[in-house]
Formats: sequence, C-alpha cells, structure tokens
Amino acid sequence: MAVISITQTSLKVLAGAVFGLGLAFSFAGQAEAAKTNLVLGMAIEPAGLDPTIAAPVAIGQVTWQNIFEGLVTIDRDGKIQPQLAKSWTISPDGLTYTFKLQSGVTFHDGEAFDSAVAKASIERARGADSVNPQKRYFASIDTIETPDAETLVLKLKQPAGSLLYWLGWPSSSIVGTKSAADNKTTPVGTGPFKFKAWAKGDKVELVRNADYWNKDKAAKLEAATFRFIADAQAQAAALKAGDVDAFPEFAAPELIGDLKKDEKLSVVIGNTELKVVAGMNNTRKPFDDKRVRQALMMAVDRASVVEGAWSGFGTPIGSHYTPNDRGYLDLTGVHAYDVAKAKALLAEAGYPDGFAFTIKAPQMAYAQRTSQMLQAMFAEIGVKMTIETTEFPAKWVADVFKGGDYDMTIVAHAEPMDIDIYARDPYYFHYKNPAFNDVLKKVEATSDASEQVKLYGEAQTILANDVPALYLFVMPKLGVWNAKVKGLWENEPIPSNVLNEVEWSE
Amino acid sequence: MTVFQRFARRPQLWIGAFVTALLFALALLSLVWTPLPPSKMQIMHRLKPPFDVGLLGNDPYGRDVASMLMVGAWNSLSTAVMAVALGGLIGTAIGLCAAQRRGLVEAALMRFCDVVFAVPPILSAMMLGAVLGAGRFTAIIAIATFMVPVFARVVLASALQIWARDFIMAARSIGKRPFGITMVHVLPNVAGQIIVQATIQLGLAILTEAGLSFLGLGMAPPAPTWGRMLAESQTYLSQAPWLAILPGLAIAFAVFGLNMLGDGLRDLIDPRHRDG
Repeated sequence: MAVISITQTSLKVLAGAVFGLGLAFSFAGQAEAAKTNLVLGMAIEPAGLDPTIAAPVAIGQVTWQNIFEGLVTIDRDGKIQPQLAKSWTISPDGLTYTFKLQSGVTFHDGEAFDSAVAKASIERARGADSVNPQKRYFASIDTIETPDAETLVLKLKQPAGSLLYWLGWPSSSIVGTKSAADNKTTPVGTGPFKFKAWAKGDKVELVRNADYWNKDKAAKLEAATFRFIADAQAQAAALKAGDVDAFPEFAAPELIGDLKKDEKLSVVIGNTELKVVAGMNNTRKPFDDKRVRQALMMAVDRASVVEGAWSGFGTPIGSHYTPNDRGYLDLTGVHAYDVAKAKALLAEAGYPDGFAFTIKAPQMAYAQRTSQMLQAMFAEIGVKMTIETTEFPAKWVADVFKGGDYDMTIVAHAEPMDIDIYARDPYYFHYKNPAFNDVLKKVEATSDASEQVKLYGEAQTILANDVPALYLFVMPKLGVWNAKVKGLWENEPIPSNVLNEVEWSE
Repeated sequence: MTVFQRFARRPQLWIGAFVTALLFALALLSLVWTPLPPSKMQIMHRLKPPFDVGLLGNDPYGRDVASMLMVGAWNSLSTAVMAVALGGLIGTAIGLCAAQRRGLVEAALMRFCDVVFAVPPILSAMMLGAVLGAGRFTAIIAIATFMVPVFARVVLASALQIWARDFIMAARSIGKRPFGITMVHVLPNVAGQIIVQATIQLGLAILTEAGLSFLGLGMAPPAPTWGRMLAESQTYLSQAPWLAILPGLAIAFAVFGLNMLGDGLRDLIDPRHRDG
C-alpha cells in the first residue's frame, strides 16, 4: 500500500512538473512571437454600429475602414484616396462623376460588390426615408446610373465641390443590400476586419477578414477588440496594466505627464478636428439677440479655459474651423476677452443686470470643466449660468441635438470641415443667416481651390462676428499606446481608428 | 456628582464636542467671511500647493481650496442637519404613533419602515434625481428618507418602555387622553434618545451627502461640496494630492467628531452607562 501511495504521489509530482514545464514553454513562446491582437480603448460606446444611420462619431471610430469601406477613403493625411472605386473622372462642368469600381470584392456575408450594390447603398442614404446623418451631402445627386457592373455614374443637379470628400466619410460607407437592415447590431461590410461580437457596455470584437479583396492593405492583426472605458483614471490604469494596448483619444490631459514617465507607453500628441463649441439656441431669448451672444463671447478668456479645463493642451479658436483646415483664419481677436466691453454690450442689449440660463453639459470631462469655467466667467458680467449634466450621447441627442430644447450646450464637434452645419435647417443652433448660406452655396459651386479658400474665410468671419455658438478651443489628440504598437494614426483628420496597418513590433 | 464632573470624566464627549463646535464655527464663519470667494478662478495660481498662494493650495481652476472647504463645510452640514431634522421629525412621529396605537397600526408602520430601510439612499437619490433633477433638495429628501426608519425604531423601542411604566398607568387612570400622554409624558422621556441618535445620524448624513455629491447628485456647481471636490481631484492625484487629501480629511474629521459626540452623549444620558 505504501509503495502504491508513493508511486501515486510521485506521479502527481511528475505530472505537475510536466505541466509546469509546459506552461513555462508556452510563456516563453508567447514572449518571442509578436502579439497579433490589439485591445483599443474608447471613452464612449456607440449606441449602434451603423455609421450610415446615426451621427455619433464613436460609430465610425469602431467600424469605418475596419468593417465598412467607401467608394473613396480619407487617408491619415486627410487626402482622398481610391477604395471601392479604382478611379474616377469628373466632367468639365462638374456635373457627371464616373467611377470605375473594383472587381472581385465581396461582403463578409458573401454578397458580391458591384455597381448595383453601390447604387442601392447611395440610394438608401439619400432616399426620402433615409436617416443618414449627412443626408444633405447627397442632395446634389440627381440620378445614379450603372452602365455595367463595374461602372457607377453620378449625375448632379448642381456642382458639388466637396462631394468626393464626403463620399469618403463613415456616413457614406457602402453597405450590402442583404445586410444593411441589421448593420446596427451585426455590421457587415467589405473591410479588412469582420465583426465578431458585441458585449454591450464592455467591448466590440473584430477578427481579421482572411478573404479581404485588397491584399496590399490586408490587416496585419488577427483580431482587434474595442473596449469602452469612460473613467479617465480607469483608462490610465488599464493602459499601465496592459489590459488596453492603446487609447487613441485619452480623456484626461492632467494624467499625460504621469503616463509619459512610463517607458512601456508612448504618448503621441496629434491634431484633431475636435472643436469645443458652446452652442446657443439662436431662436430663444435672450440668445436671439446677437449682442448678447457677442457679450458672452467677450466674457470668455479662451486661454484660461484651455489651461484650466484641458491642462493647456489646446488651441483657442474664433470660429468653427481648426488651424489644420485649409483657409484657416485666426479670428480669436474678433471678440477678444474684454469684461468691460462685454458688460456694456449686455447693457445695450437690455440686460444691464445680466440674466440667468441653463447649460446642458454632457458628462465628459472637457464639457464639465469648461462649463464650470464659463460659469465663473459669465458671473463676472452678471450672468448666472446653471449647469445641468445631460448624459451623452443618448439623452443629449434626444434633448439638444434632435429636440432643440436647450439654452446653451457644449460639445466637441468632431467632423472635419463641418462649418456648413450653420447653414443646415434644422440644426440644433437654429441659426439662420441667408448671407452665410449663400457663401457656402458658392463654395460648392466652384471647384477652384483658391476661390474656395477665400469663401471659407468669409464663412469663418461671418460666424466669428455673429457668434451663433461660443467658439472655444480645438482639443489635441492625446494618443497613448504601448510603445510596441505601430501603425496607429498620429493625427485625426477624420474621427477614426483605422487598424489595417497596425501591428506589434518585436 | 455635578454635571461638570461628569463631563470632565468623559474625554470622548469633550473631543467630540470640540471637533463638532469647530466644524460648525468654520461653517458659520464661511457665511460671512472666507479668505477668497470660493468660486473665484485665478488660472495663474492653478494647482499651487498649500502654503504657496492660498493656505491650503489651489485647485485646477486656481480656486482657493481653504475657502472651498469652508463653504463646503456649510453646504455639507446644512444639508445634513436639514435631512436629519426632517427624517428625525417624521421618524419620531411614526415611532410615537406606533407605540401609542400598537396592534395593526404598529405592524403597518414598522413594515413600511422596513421597506423604506431596504432601499439604499444612493439609489433613492438617483431615482429622485431623475424626477426632480439633482440638487440639494434631492439630497436632503434622499437622506431624510433613509433616516426615517432609524428614528422610528429607536423611538418605538424607548416609547414602549415608557408606556409600560406606572406613571403612565396613573395618567391613564385619571382619564388623560393617549395623545396627551404621548406629548406630555412619553416624548420628553425619549427626547434624550432622539438627541443621541440625531448626533450619530448627522455624521452618517454628512458621509452620505459626500457620497451623493461625489456621484454628481448633490448640490450643483459652483457651490463647493466636499464630495465633488474629491471626485474632481481624482485624476489630479499624482500632480496635486492635497486636492483629494484635504476634503477627505474634512469628511473623516466631521464624521469622527459627530460620532464621538454621539457616543459621549449616549453615555451621559443612558443610565446604564452611568458610572458612580
């Protein structure tokens, strides 16, 4: 009996040793080969995954260029590049766009991509019951023709100078005819990654698309996971612990100094199009009076706002335009910080003792902090502002963006070159200025770049003078990721997390 | 033994009374004077450490932390006092009523209290916040709701003892109405218990108020509250640790003082704890 028990014990020991050795080997193996999966962190979880039916940029930041592709795309320098369209020609009058399409492209569910699918996709986006967030960008299209399976012709009603650029946006993604309806929960596209799973409140998982049509641009990673962590402290902890490999838009500038000290991480500060803007309800008293809006603008010391709210990371702006955009004018001096002038203007508008209103501020740190600073600055001119935290995106979109029920709000507008939002009707600012609309119409009517630059300058100047919204600052992109991760975008010419070129270095 | 001697033998009571008095004094002082207006932002003094510009340093907006803590003390204490007063009033009424009527009324009232007690104050504050909007009123109602069953139970237990005493029997036998007995004989005899309970609950109320403010369910900015100061200092912990430590200390100090005072008072009033 004793012998047997000894044998059993030694067997167990042996088994344990073998198991342990195996583990040791497997760990060694892992350390040598580069990792093939990436966990990317985002602060905000999208409510759905179809960028063609809802506005929040978080949707495109998960899906665009990973799952979905467009006729054209926008590269890391903000330039238009061919994608599902190999090439295109534009007629001299600017009214006919002829696209030559890629052949042999299939969707993740096996559906073949051809001109009929492209046509259906654009028709879906511009149709009468379309809820596409940029539907108006397709308004210039008159008819869509498909002479053959590899040719798509767009006939326009009037020239649209920015049409090609817009076709590169997430909202212009080409979707399959069979899968379009379910893209909100199970997105199916033509991209280098396929959708695998979405654990709501936690993560979205993608896997490499082995049958991707463009071998040159196929994904280098085997899998990618988007994790949603709202709290900045938790973001930093996840990065340090290695639970998250990259946070391309880190939410707390005050922690950047700390993260820089960590040798495992690289901190990359890049450009974005994130314009922090305090929009006002231009039809509601007293914001319907231009002088009131101007007075509020003059009460704001933008440099202090950048310092206090965003630890000095940011550039003050005077209009809805960033220094990266072509034709940028520095208009921060139009209504420069001047408390005395602000008070006088407020008195002239009939509010010598100020007034009271409510700002609906989303929960994000930049919005909350900037609101607190605005509150203190407005108090200096006798204006009492109450801060009401409004959950973003769901409640904010319902109350402010769609409902238009607010006095003032604050949000970062992420879309590039979106100055035309002030010409939209309806849009949440309720700003109506025919002169401004005319300028933007002229921009579309011309394809002369220098003429466009001049017109964009005019548009910026009108906004800086009219102040339909308080123009505060542009947030930089605070990218923090594992130093071994290569290929993420340093700048953000369009909100995105393009992963096909991302890989781990040895 | 004189009252003074009894006090002198109880350091707990002294310390508690001193800390609480200091707190109330600072809170009251903030109504008329603070080193700087608490919402005054001076960006050039951003994140200055203690003893540099302001006595206790400056926050990310350059606001004076000492001033914010003082006004925070007032905001915190006044909310807590109002919540305890409201909860104590309703709870005492329920307890007295249950003790007087007994039977079905007692059973119904106390089961109602059990139900209320089962809902955590943070949860009820979130629900109230959704309906009424976050703010001081919401915080007071949420904390008071939580206090009601506590007072009801304590008062019921004490009142039942009083009702069993001979002098109550005497009062009943000469035809005094039950309500009169409750007000004239029962209430004064349970008052000590109520005061002790109120002091202890005040500490708890301050803690709960800080928790609600931390979650953004307390008073709206710019009114400084200890809880929000803590919440906002989280990400600045490595750069400016005093921003988190100071309000944290203030909360701990306040709760400690009130607990000591409550315990001391209990010993003083409760005959079972009386020595000598």
